[in-house]
Amino acid sequence: MTLSGPDKSDGAVPLGLGPRGLLPNIYDVVIFVLMAGAFVLLAHGAREMGAPLAKLDVAPVTLDPANLPEYALRTTLRMFAAILVSLLFTLVVGTLAAKSRKAELIVVPALDILQSVPILGFLTFTVIFFLRLFPGSQLGAECAAIFAIFTSQAWNMTFSYYQSLRAIPSDLDEMTRHFRLSSWLRFLRLELPFSAPGLIWNTMMSMSGGWFFVVASEAIAVGDARVNLPGIGSWLALAIERRDIAAVALAVAVMGIVILAYDQLIFRPIVAWADKFRFEQTAAQQRPRSWVLDLMRRSRMIKRIFVPLAGLVTRIWVVPRHVSSPHFRSMPPNLVRAGDIAWLAIVCVGTGIVLWLVVAYLRANLGRDDVVAAIGLGFLTLTRVMVLITVASLIWVPIGVWIGLRPWAAERAQPIAQFLAAFPANVLFPIAVVGIVSLKLNPNIWLSPLMVLGTQWYILFNVVAGASAFPTDLREASTIYRLRSWQWWRTVILPGIFPYYITGALTASGGSWNASIVAEVASWGDTKLEAAGLGAFIATATEAGDYPRVVLGVAVMSIFVVTINRLLWRRLYRLATRRYRIDL
Amino acid sequence: MDTPALVRAPISAAVPLVKVEGVRHTYRHGDAGELLVLDDIYLTLNDNEIVALLGRSGCGKSTLMRIIAGLMPPTSGTVTIAGEQVAGPASQVAMVFQSFALFPWLTVLENVEIGLEAQGIAPEQRKKRALAAIDLIGLDGYESAYPKELSGGMRQRVGLARALVVNPKVLLMDEPFSTLDVLTAETLRTDLLDLWCEGRMPISSILTVTHDIEEAVLMCGRILVFSSNPGRIVSEIKVDFPQPRSRLDPKFRQLVDDIYSLMTARPVGKPTREGMFPGTGIAMVLPRVSPNVLSGLMETVAAEPYNGRADLPALATSLQMEIDDLFPAADTLQLFRFAEVAEGDIRLTEAGKRFVQSDLDQRKRLFAQYLLTYVPLAGHIKRVLDERAAHRAPASRFRDELEDYIPEESAEQTLRAIISWARYGEAFAYDEDSGVFSLENPA
Repeated sequence: MTLSGPDKSDGAVPLGLGPRGLLPNIYDVVIFVLMAGAFVLLAHGAREMGAPLAKLDVAPVTLDPANLPEYALRTTLRMFAAILVSLLFTLVVGTLAAKSRKAELIVVPALDILQSVPILGFLTFTVIFFLRLFPGSQLGAECAAIFAIFTSQAWNMTFSYYQSLRAIPSDLDEMTRHFRLSSWLRFLRLELPFSAPGLIWNTMMSMSGGWFFVVASEAIAVGDARVNLPGIGSWLALAIERRDIAAVALAVAVMGIVILAYDQLIFRPIVAWADKFRFEQTAAQQRPRSWVLDLMRRSRMIKRIFVPLAGLVTRIWVVPRHVSSPHFRSMPPNLVRAGDIAWLAIVCVGTGIVLWLVVAYLRANLGRDDVVAAIGLGFLTLTRVMVLITVASLIWVPIGVWIGLRPWAAERAQPIAQFLAAFPANVLFPIAVVGIVSLKLNPNIWLSPLMVLGTQWYILFNVVAGASAFPTDLREASTIYRLRSWQWWRTVILPGIFPYYITGALTASGGSWNASIVAEVASWGDTKLEAAGLGAFIATATEAGDYPRVVLGVAVMSIFVVTINRLLWRRLYRLATRRYRIDL
Repeated sequence: MDTPALVRAPISAAVPLVKVEGVRHTYRHGDAGELLVLDDIYLTLNDNEIVALLGRSGCGKSTLMRIIAGLMPPTSGTVTIAGEQVAGPASQVAMVFQSFALFPWLTVLENVEIGLEAQGIAPEQRKKRALAAIDLIGLDGYESAYPKELSGGMRQRVGLARALVVNPKVLLMDEPFSTLDVLTAETLRTDLLDLWCEGRMPISSILTVTHDIEEAVLMCGRILVFSSNPGRIVSEIKVDFPQPRSRLDPKFRQLVDDIYSLMTARPVGKPTREGMFPGTGIAMVLPRVSPNVLSGLMETVAAEPYNGRADLPALATSLQMEIDDLFPAADTLQLFRFAEVAEGDIRLTEAGKRFVQSDLDQRKRLFAQYLLTYVPLAGHIKRVLDERAAHRAPASRFRDELEDYIPEESAEQTLRAIISWARYGEAFAYDEDSGVFSLENPA
């Protein structure tokens, strides 16, 4: 006797369908209110996005607190629109890179570089394109802003999806081919669920990364005209211009609330629901909880609406048997190799041409001194990043270990650290500028900590994760053998958390390079502080519209970041996985 | 009209269900050329029989299974299922996997339905058929459980239900019980045999791959014994005891013994058994058997009740070792000339007896002496170390040399085996950090 759905023929009334089963319960009401609210906000925002540009001149961005909720809504909508576009991009490009070796050859290195380097400088071109697409309407500017945010979000998501596709266990892969699943069904049942945990985590990280550029993306400059889209970014830009510290504080508070809100209402439920996609074969002790998901699970009507809807999705495209049986690809191996070599040749030639064009462009507009200067500034920024990562490590590693070894502390600290990592630190920069200016400090030294302000949390919560995952029996052994402090640090815990630390430091380092563009130049009203470095170089060139210097700066930064990645981080990571992984 | 959910379609007895003709399969690996995995396989599966492919791990039986299922094309040769040549994933067969291959994020019911979903069958029909299959296999009540919540045996039942629900003509099983514990495997096996004998499954025949000799004799009507390197069918054994079969039946035990003898027989005129170790000379692929296992095996054979000569099936049963563990250890002992393996028995040589009677230091010396004499690669490494002034040589030099003849993974495995044995015998030393062999003892 099973407790299954309503098609048992023995006449008993199944659960959930009796006389009380069709009435909404209290949870239904709550969910309905939340969803209705969301729809209303969405509709309002969409209508505003399509309003004509002229409206912006009539009602420009002001620092009136009454406007702040509206601005918060617009900014959030933009960010979610960008995430949706990023997801679409991820699914398409990631699949392409995983399935086609030829595409992989181009896509993977491109993603590697794009992940490491910000391409803010080129946004001006895309803005012109979008504005021409929708003349007279705000939609053009909105698209430009969304595109700007998209360029900061898409790459790590795509990379994670691609890696998940490559890591699909071979027995599941064989089984789906054996039962002749169509591509759509395979995607829905195997590829997407398997990649879901990594994809969700990366989406959350991208979401927080998107906030970083919110100022730059909402205050658009086209030639001499400036378009300030209504949003928190414009508010902040205006507040900085007018030296209104209260307004800055207000914006920071509102951002905190918004981040908390979408985290609780959207991301936590998704993470809790996606726990079933975790590919470990044993049930976990601690599962993520979300009150929103619990509400949905306890609701009655909402569930009965959603379940059939979900069933419809799988029936969108189920290819009948005779079409879906693939046949052996019978290409002789020599031909395949020749094809690979030909493609490699084409790619190399193409890359060579592009490089030559870039060099020619730079040669035409700049001299060798500029290149040397740029490289010098690159080394300066590199020194800053290295020094700061070291300092941050020295501070946060001991604290992280202390927290991680005590489960009660770890439980409380992890969400806080993740929230801090999600919060864009650059909104706090104006406050730092005020401090530096009033205390008359040297910007070269004192602007530097800003670079690590947002990224140091990655080190913290990775170290906490590493310390919590440290096997208890090793800890017990070290206690029994009475290992004392420095020896304990050196031989027990530091090697133990090494892989986690490297992951955190790698992410922090990459994020700091990104941050250098907004951290090495900070302004407050008409005071502009500048530290000598590659980030400042790119930022000032962008503002001045000096495209050759922008290209040079970005190229030099790409080379630096990719080289450091390969020389330092990849090696350390390989060492970490080979020697220091605990595989008990 | 309510047709029963699981239907066995009638098959004409003249056409064999599965026909494998002249299948050869090779793997290419980089510079070292081709490795022949399957050599000239001819086999036929008729209606209403259970056939086992029996052999050690790595002899290509799983590859053959996948070729029959249409998951990979053979390098040459053809496979025909019910008269149709296989040119892609075949529709008349269903496979049960060694690692279960269930989707962790789908319930038992959804997992079982997956084959039907792929065929485009409507949800109500799917559900009905899936519930019938789950009922048949004894998992009634678990429809909404997730695989994480199930034990290994139950997960394999889900795999079985998933295979049966698509009404295949042939059920292919790839070592289905090898990851389960002894009791669960036994239960599942008897349940499967019950269903088979009562005719309650929709399938016509079963082809199963196994490395457990007793399982093959317990279940099958015909056993095809495979050799390794390359994989070939060396013999076909008909088993006509009636079901249910008992392990204690003398005829059963005799057959098991005969099969052990067959698998350990030395062909006339050859000094070593074909396929004992693939490759020759220094490029012999060695198994990673721990020196502790070798000592333990020798001690067991030397002690009561064997007194130096043990019957392999009896040894396997008492040590709870499968042929995949026992044969590599026995073969290694034979390589070292510590024992002789023939006709289903293992017999310690004089050297082996001396080993057992010595203390640890003497054992190490004996071990090192025989290692350097009889294992070509070890002798070669020692000679190179002796010749060089600093008595040091990088492992990569030997690895590259090996990779000219054998695939990368085999080369790595062989080197690891040599390192482990050399360290035990203190013949030479190896430093993991630098990857260097040397004659110095690590300080």
